[in-house]
Amino acid sequence: MREVIIIGSGPAGYTAGIYTARAGLNPLLIASSVEAGGELMKTTEVENYPGFPTGLQGPELMDAFRAQAERFGTEVLLDDVIEVDLTGAIKIVKTGGGQTFEAKTVILATGAAYRELGLPKEKELSGHGVSWCATCDGFFFREKTIAVIGGGDSAMEEANFLTRFASKVYLIHRRDTFKASKIMQERALANPKIEVVWNTEVAELLGEGKLSGIITRNTVDGSTKQLDLDGLFIAVGNDPRVWLVENQVELTAEKFIKVEGRSSKTSLPGVFACGDVIDPTYRQAITAAGSGCVAALDAEHYLADVK
Amino acid sequence: MSAKSVTTATFQADVLSSGKPVLVDFWAEWCGPCRMVSPILDEISSEHGEKLTIVKVNVDEEPALAQQYGITSIPALQVFQGGEVVKSIVGAKPKPQLMADLSEFIN
Repeated sequence: MREVIIIGSGPAGYTAGIYTARAGLNPLLIASSVEAGGELMKTTEVENYPGFPTGLQGPELMDAFRAQAERFGTEVLLDDVIEVDLTGAIKIVKTGGGQTFEAKTVILATGAAYRELGLPKEKELSGHGVSWCATCDGFFFREKTIAVIGGGDSAMEEANFLTRFASKVYLIHRRDTFKASKIMQERALANPKIEVVWNTEVAELLGEGKLSGIITRNTVDGSTKQLDLDGLFIAVGNDPRVWLVENQVELTAEKFIKVEGRSSKTSLPGVFACGDVIDPTYRQAITAAGSGCVAALDAEHYLADVK
Repeated sequence: MSAKSVTTATFQADVLSSGKPVLVDFWAEWCGPCRMVSPILDEISSEHGEKLTIVKVNVDEEPALAQQYGITSIPALQVFQGGEVVKSIVGAKPKPQLMADLSEFIN
């Protein structure tokens, strides 16, 4: 039996790995098979992570997190957790690769998954003009006309990044102000290839087998318009990834894992949660890392008490 | 067994004229999810190579092939049989899901 199993491999999961490994708890970190490293694997330049004054690439930062966790003995498994039973004193974790693990504590750092628009044809056109990953797919839109949907930092970053390839980028947002940080907004607004379309949402996706455009709806007067596009990048936020545990641990009204006060303690003893899966507000790499540290320390204290 | 790289020059011989189904993995160095899928495809190739050939196309080096097959998102996995695309899988998926998607070719 393990002392600690960590589920997730973003800044929260790896930081929990670093701390529990240094505490001699020999953690197993189940990182996922194809999404190891989490959201930052899909970003380019990270400029706000303290300690890196000239910035670095998201994947580079995550490789460093992983190396630091492994240096102290965190065992990283590239597999997906498909089922857990966290209700007893012995926690059971099963993976898609067919392994079953037992542990005294589990740290949930499963992060958040991108949100869909919820429109007909969205799935069918995904990968055929509709994308959630500018860094993966921007390359295919050289000299094309595309749109980014959203108003947060990731929408600004994607729009700016995509101007390296596209000839024109519409940045479509349903309100008349962005919630992105000032520096990111200013960059987007100053970029000559970006045209901001305020107070507008996507009403319909057009195209057979391949996206050809969208119908937009004005959120103020309800008027609709057709916009011909080669690509549509969706950056309308993320939802906490709780499907593994939603019937076992208590969630908040917004469907985040509920934790006690400033701690990482969930409604189940020996089960801790950290990172974006508990955070409806801040959702930064640095806050997730801090939260992973909290979970590691809480797990360490819990283990000392049950011994 | 690591997947062979194919180019515009070898695509006809390696993919279109193959007697066996061929899975073409369209990928790039800068695509994080592609790097995660690649070792899974190598495993599938080792386990089922006698039924399904797996090859790679680097879209940076072969943009014409990517364009010809309408790739707008990677990783993109396309299975060719008799010179035609018979299956298209977009995005990085865990091994059990890929095996299920490819079951008609490897069972």
